[in-house]
Amino acid sequence: MSLLAVENLAIDVAVGEACHRLVHDASFSVEPGETLAIVGESGSGKSLSALAVMGLLSEGLSVGAGTIRYKGQDITHFDERARNQLRGSEIAMVFQEPMTSLNPVRTIGHQITEGMRLKLGLNRKQATARAIELLEEVGISDPAQRLRQYPHQLSGGMRQRVMIAIALSSKPSLILADEPTTALDVTIQAQILSLTARICRDHGVGLVLITHNLGIVARYAQKVAVMYGGRIVEAGTAAALYAAPMHHYTRGLLSSVPRLDTPRDLPLRPIAGAPPDPMQHVPGCRFHPRCAAATAACAQEVPKMEQRAGHEVACWNPVPADQTISEELA
Amino acid sequence: MAAYVLRRLIGSVLVMWAVATLVFFMLRLVPGDPIAAMLADVGGPEEIAAMKAKLGLDRSLLVQYGLWFSNALQGDLGASIYGSRVPVTQIIAEAIPRTLSLSLLSFVIAIVIALPAGIISATRRNTLTDNAVSFLAFLGLSMPDFWLAILLIIIFAANLQWLPAVGYIPLAEGFWPWLRHLILPAIAIGTAFSAIIARMIRSSLLEVLSSDYMRTARSKGLTPRMLMFGHALPNAMIPVITVMGIAFALLISGAVVVENVFAIKGLGRVLIEGILNRDYPVVQGAILVVSAIFVFSNLIVDLLYGVIDPRIRLH
Repeated sequence: MSLLAVENLAIDVAVGEACHRLVHDASFSVEPGETLAIVGESGSGKSLSALAVMGLLSEGLSVGAGTIRYKGQDITHFDERARNQLRGSEIAMVFQEPMTSLNPVRTIGHQITEGMRLKLGLNRKQATARAIELLEEVGISDPAQRLRQYPHQLSGGMRQRVMIAIALSSKPSLILADEPTTALDVTIQAQILSLTARICRDHGVGLVLITHNLGIVARYAQKVAVMYGGRIVEAGTAAALYAAPMHHYTRGLLSSVPRLDTPRDLPLRPIAGAPPDPMQHVPGCRFHPRCAAATAACAQEVPKMEQRAGHEVACWNPVPADQTISEELA
Repeated sequence: MAAYVLRRLIGSVLVMWAVATLVFFMLRLVPGDPIAAMLADVGGPEEIAAMKAKLGLDRSLLVQYGLWFSNALQGDLGASIYGSRVPVTQIIAEAIPRTLSLSLLSFVIAIVIALPAGIISATRRNTLTDNAVSFLAFLGLSMPDFWLAILLIIIFAANLQWLPAVGYIPLAEGFWPWLRHLILPAIAIGTAFSAIIARMIRSSLLEVLSSDYMRTARSKGLTPRMLMFGHALPNAMIPVITVMGIAFALLISGAVVVENVFAIKGLGRVLIEGILNRDYPVVQGAILVVSAIFVFSNLIVDLLYGVIDPRIRLH
């Protein structure tokens, strides 16, 4: 039984009377202590999928189809009260904007302790002691002092560490981290990511890491799902997927990241075109307008996920498994 | 903080001085001679001149201003130019408890109505409840306070005879009699303000409820009560406090009509009578007090910001 199993999830947005589907047929799962990375450009539906798991979709958005199972229990249509039982103590979330995700008028201490006082039934003293431990664990110096401070007195990196401490505070089994490092500078990004991954591994917490950077997740995730235009287009273990990325979009993502081992005079290869407008319908494979290998078939029918070279890919003309990225670039 | 308060206090005194000066000269620009009007039936030009000399109104404007100002600095605001020449400080001292009682009670009523109304209509946005609250708010806003005052008197004083229609009993003579006399005028004044504040709370809350930190708070699985009172309201109240501060100052000076309906001789009524009679010292004194209330309620609002919002450091 998976910790989290999402099957054929669809998310709809109401546009006046009409209804538009933003996420189609998304399936992924996470085991305890495992890290799943969901990778994609903005608007690909990765954050929406995480918010659907939390039951925190904004007004107008709703789960249109599929099931979300947590520890075997179907939580898809839980009401607000039942969701609240899960939030914090079972499933926690780290949001992408540390600058705006903390309440400006409450102390750090209040924001860390309120959840665990409610969920773990701790008294003020116990909660404060645990908050100090958590801040130490996420690498904040002088934690007792920090508890009395307000968010504006902390740097972006520190705030994101506080967010992670808040997520951990009520001892959840699953953490959803939505681009936890986007707003931070590069050196801090690596620190925060490895910190999050290590803490989740140590505590046996399942982690869903949402990011647009396929390059950085290789080090932290056991499983990867690549999303494009509201669909998962390639998924599998990180090892299998990195060994032979077969979707042209995945390839594009990998070759658009500068690497130390590529020749310096070789230009970066951006993916041509712009990400699709989530509100616009594209027939067939949503990537075909930007895909160099697109054929007439690609515009006709949506490709299904199929097992190839040890992982799954949804593409009519997948990249041959034996062609390495360096060959393609050369 | 102390330095900030001191600087603001000095600023406040300057504002009061400017207002007093402006009022002094503007009053004398208003056409009509109060002494001539007072003695129109009983005296000729000599009596008028004698009266003016007695009251010091025959001297040049600058000398009059200098005299008034130096006396005011010593706490002497002069005396009414009419009748037994009651000192202005005494008139004001009698009016202030009435006005303050009425304003405070109106303010409390406004907040007691506005807070739940604002919260309900924000959390149930675009539902029947929200629309009903909005409708009532607009109704409260559009009803003239004196009309509501008369309506309240007809219903609760004349027909039901639950409450007195007019008059004022000092708090010193008992809380219940005091409250009984003030409750109707306070409702008449408070209703419109509660509508303004409720609309303000609603829009401010709606903005706060869609913020990132509210999503974070919801992700912790907090109860709706914790979300509202622990996270949303403290943020939403920041702009509302400004409106409340202005509202309070307006209550003090703006209760004139309602004070008249209920025959309560508060500051507003003193001011209006003073202006109608060109009773210069009374008007000047009353304006001085009103401007003091304005600048100090503003100062209190600014100090409250610092208490509510830790990002605001006062210096």
